[in-house]
Amino acid sequence: MSPAAVETATARLSRLLTLVPWLANRPGIGVEEAAAGLGITPEQLQADLDLIYLCGYGQMPDELIEVDSEGGRIVVRNAETIARPLRLGVDEAITLMVGLRALAEVPGITDTDAVGRALAKLEEATGAAAEAASRVAVDISDAASAVMLARAREAVERHRRVQLRYLVPSRDETTERDVDPMRVVNIDAHWYLEGWCHRAQDTRLFRMDRVEDLTVLDVDGTPPPDATARDLDLGAFQAGPEDPLVTLLLAPGARWVADYYPVESVTERADGGLEVSLRTGDTEWLRRLVLRLGGLGRVVEPAGLADEVAHAAAAALTAYEGID
Amino acid sequence: MSAPTGPAAKTERLLNLVLCLLYTRRPLPKSRLREMVPQYHRAPTTEAFDRMFERDKDELRDLGIPLVTEDLNSIWDDEPGYRIHQRDYALPDITFEPDELAVLGLASRTWAQASLAGPAAEAIRKLRAAGIERDEDSLVGIEPRLRTTEPAFEAVRRAVLGQQVITFDYRRSDGEVRTRRVHPWGMASWHGRWYLTGFDEARDAERLFRLSRVVGPVTPDPDAPPYAVPEDHDPAASVRRTTSDRPSPEPAVVRVRAGQGHALRRRARTAEDVDEFWTRLEVEYADVDSLVDELVGYGSDVVAQAPPELVRAVVTRLRGALATHGAPGAAR
Repeated sequence: MSPAAVETATARLSRLLTLVPWLANRPGIGVEEAAAGLGITPEQLQADLDLIYLCGYGQMPDELIEVDSEGGRIVVRNAETIARPLRLGVDEAITLMVGLRALAEVPGITDTDAVGRALAKLEEATGAAAEAASRVAVDISDAASAVMLARAREAVERHRRVQLRYLVPSRDETTERDVDPMRVVNIDAHWYLEGWCHRAQDTRLFRMDRVEDLTVLDVDGTPPPDATARDLDLGAFQAGPEDPLVTLLLAPGARWVADYYPVESVTERADGGLEVSLRTGDTEWLRRLVLRLGGLGRVVEPAGLADEVAHAAAAALTAYEGID
Repeated sequence: MSAPTGPAAKTERLLNLVLCLLYTRRPLPKSRLREMVPQYHRAPTTEAFDRMFERDKDELRDLGIPLVTEDLNSIWDDEPGYRIHQRDYALPDITFEPDELAVLGLASRTWAQASLAGPAAEAIRKLRAAGIERDEDSLVGIEPRLRTTEPAFEAVRRAVLGQQVITFDYRRSDGEVRTRRVHPWGMASWHGRWYLTGFDEARDAERLFRLSRVVGPVTPDPDAPPYAVPEDHDPAASVRRTTSDRPSPEPAVVRVRAGQGHALRRRARTAEDVDEFWTRLEVEYADVDSLVDELVGYGSDVVAQAPPELVRAVVTRLRGALATHGAPGAAR
């Protein structure tokens, strides 16, 4: 679907008021590069150029915007009237200011000095809109060490392999592994390093606050060509379709489980609780979850897992004999 | 040449109007604009032109374009004139250093998966319109991904920014749903969840709402009297204050089996081997429930020893889990 199919006349105008100065300041830019920089298709860009070519503050040739796109190179001239883009709108100012303030809280990920300078200049540039930004706050920091984050970032930038000492809490073990980094990504306020894990021979996400040590090796860390970054729109917790389906009965006090984890189905129950199903190949993780629910959650299927929970609870309780 | 009507013709007309109003050094009367903008002098009647111009004026203002009405200062004519002042229209000419543009780009990309992705991308294009710097991004491979998956996000954001009283159904953590009427003060994303802060009319106090627990539509009340947001209100601080507790005065004492409990060992204040099988740890905690969650998960590899309320809570959880899952090995 092209943007033109859904874009209103005013939304397009708004876009053009940025597009004209953007292009005027990049004389001779290629169509493909310009379209990518402007976030539109080359076809849309051509349609935009055809439109602005007819516009001006009068109808004499010297009053019209000049557009030349011969040979795939774009030159926009005689557009001094809109040489500067329109001031940032409230939404625009908020996204940048709130984003910068969030980054300021994550040393290691960015140069916090640059963040501070950018924020000060932006406040000057936005004026009243900046005030509204104080009503929206975002915290994307976690307990990850700034030193480890900075090293991870450096490894991604320089395409270097890293050696990780990593704690796997669901197995309660510390592991050592070599990883070819792909990106450093924040999901639900936790920072992760995603990369090709040589030990697992697969793409893995490592939560940075569980990285005990990270060494940037002097070895090329380009991931193998078949390594693909995951689609993270479901969050970091992901199960494959071949993983077993688990059915849980949740009492009203354990409804949050359905908010936290990507459940496949949710059914309301008469007692105000839920019946949910989810897929996971990690039964150790699930056993921990159900133990923690302390009776507010019950494994219905598979029966073997319900048994495991009962065994684990009974074994743990032997240490507390004699307590009421 | 585009068709005389339709969205493209309208964009063309509005762009011409903006160019005329920005170019002029004195306010322009409507009659002059009708001559200057080709799409206006094609209007069949004066009434048709008037209607079109009034609508266009409103739409430009809705976009944030500072179109003003000024006196023409002519003795024979009290017709108003129109113009757009460059100083009010244009983004101030501020030069950003390459490292500043890089972090601004990152701030913009924070919203790439959120409902504000469009404004975030447009904002950075505006800042980069001057084009003197290279466009490439030095912070490739860094993805701070803020999400706005809660259905109520857009309506709540509008209410917060527009300071509008809203009504919505809200589900408490125990499952009970009640209608709330709130004066929105702010919103914050904390641990990946969006919260609304504001004044709850029925409770006559500040309250915090998790957006994922808003059930159904959020309805603004345009007739509600205006309200003020407390000057010192800090939405992030409110969320942090309400969702977390103070650190414990005394650390918890736990016993962990050899080779187990790594996360606990890592943050333990003291660690002391009891014998070859067990280590005694002192662990700081902020919230007893979170610590119970963690300890219970370890099953028989970790034993809570103090304080007594921690031990009782762990035992209660384990007994609950055992009771719901039957005696181990029971036939089913």
